Amino acid sequence: MMTTQHTLDGGDLFVPLPEVDTEAQRRLHNRLAAAATKAGILDVAYRTVDTPLGALLLAATEEGLVRVAYGIQDHDKVLEQLASRVSPRVLRAPARLDLAAQQIEEYFAGRRTGFDLPLDLRLSAGFRRNVLTHLPEIPYGKTASYAELAAAAGHPKAVRAVGTACAMNPLPVVVPCHRVVRSDGTAGQYVGGTDAKKLLLTLEAAA
Amino acid sequence: MTQEPFELVVERHGPTVLRVCRAVVGPGSAEDAWSETFLSALRAYPRLRAGSNVEAWLVTIAHRKSIDHVRAQGRRPVPTGELPDRGIFTGIPGGWERDLWSALKELPLKQRQTVAYHYLAGLPYADIAEIVGGTPEAARRAAADGIATLRRTYLNPQLERDRQGAAP
Repeated sequence: MMTTQHTLDGGDLFVPLPEVDTEAQRRLHNRLAAAATKAGILDVAYRTVDTPLGALLLAATEEGLVRVAYGIQDHDKVLEQLASRVSPRVLRAPARLDLAAQQIEEYFAGRRTGFDLPLDLRLSAGFRRNVLTHLPEIPYGKTASYAELAAAAGHPKAVRAVGTACAMNPLPVVVPCHRVVRSDGTAGQYVGGTDAKKLLLTLEAAA
Repeated sequence: MTQEPFELVVERHGPTVLRVCRAVVGPGSAEDAWSETFLSALRAYPRLRAGSNVEAWLVTIAHRKSIDHVRAQGRRPVPTGELPDRGIFTGIPGGWERDLWSALKELPLKQRQTVAYHYLAGLPYADIAEIVGGTPEAARRAAADGIATLRRTYLNPQLERDRQGAAP
């Protein structure tokens, strides 16, 4: 006899109640992001933006843009790093990144030569952060060598450290580490891959 | 201790918590209860102990938020006759908002809660007892009674009508 077993299994009763209501989840997610922003507890908001170099992940704290990442950097992994290094209160919430996304789209369309965004440099410290603050001094369409940047940052011998600072730039594209090239004029390494660096330099040279 | 981004918590557990809220407070307040649950969870999330059962934690919060809505519903005048216009709900006509919820809302609150926490969230009765109070055995009995009633009133409404019709 299966009667008792059958009586205990109530799963069939709830078939009409959808397991996943996609429309409701989307509505509730938007509502949560808005309420969290208003309550001041959305520590990290993120979205992606499509570019000729693939989808870029953009993340911002209440202070400003904190992270830009290429697909090859693994967006899921980047979000985990943000959760551990900034705050686990991380939500997909495009509104805070509207301005950044718009400026990045304009940049890739060749209609923008500089970014006017509040930045949060908390993911970079010490000498690396010092290097990042000097990067925007290289004008759009121009390049500088690692050695020149080391000199600008006040440590002419720290050429290798400048390379590391660029490789660990949490805000590629916006903080233009792609404008730092090797002394022989070749592009050199890049967080988004060498091809991405060449594309950015070509884009800027053409504009 | 590294916590995963809260976005993943919403993705993974949002749908189940919505089913629980719908079953406990009904279509009119379920989304409010869900929203309050997840806002409260987001606030507390950085302090959640490593290794915690995230779904049980969310159901515990949803339980508290739902009680507020059930109390508010109790204070509102009881609507008589037909359900409100189905147009305010997103479901299909005759979906859960109509038949399943009208059967659920007739259950005593504790039965509705234990049924939802066990059959929708999959929590063991020991966890449910900690959320609703009482012993695990009492929680198990409340859920069994709730399921038995739902079988009669929801799956076999004709039988129920016959039964009531036969009553003096």
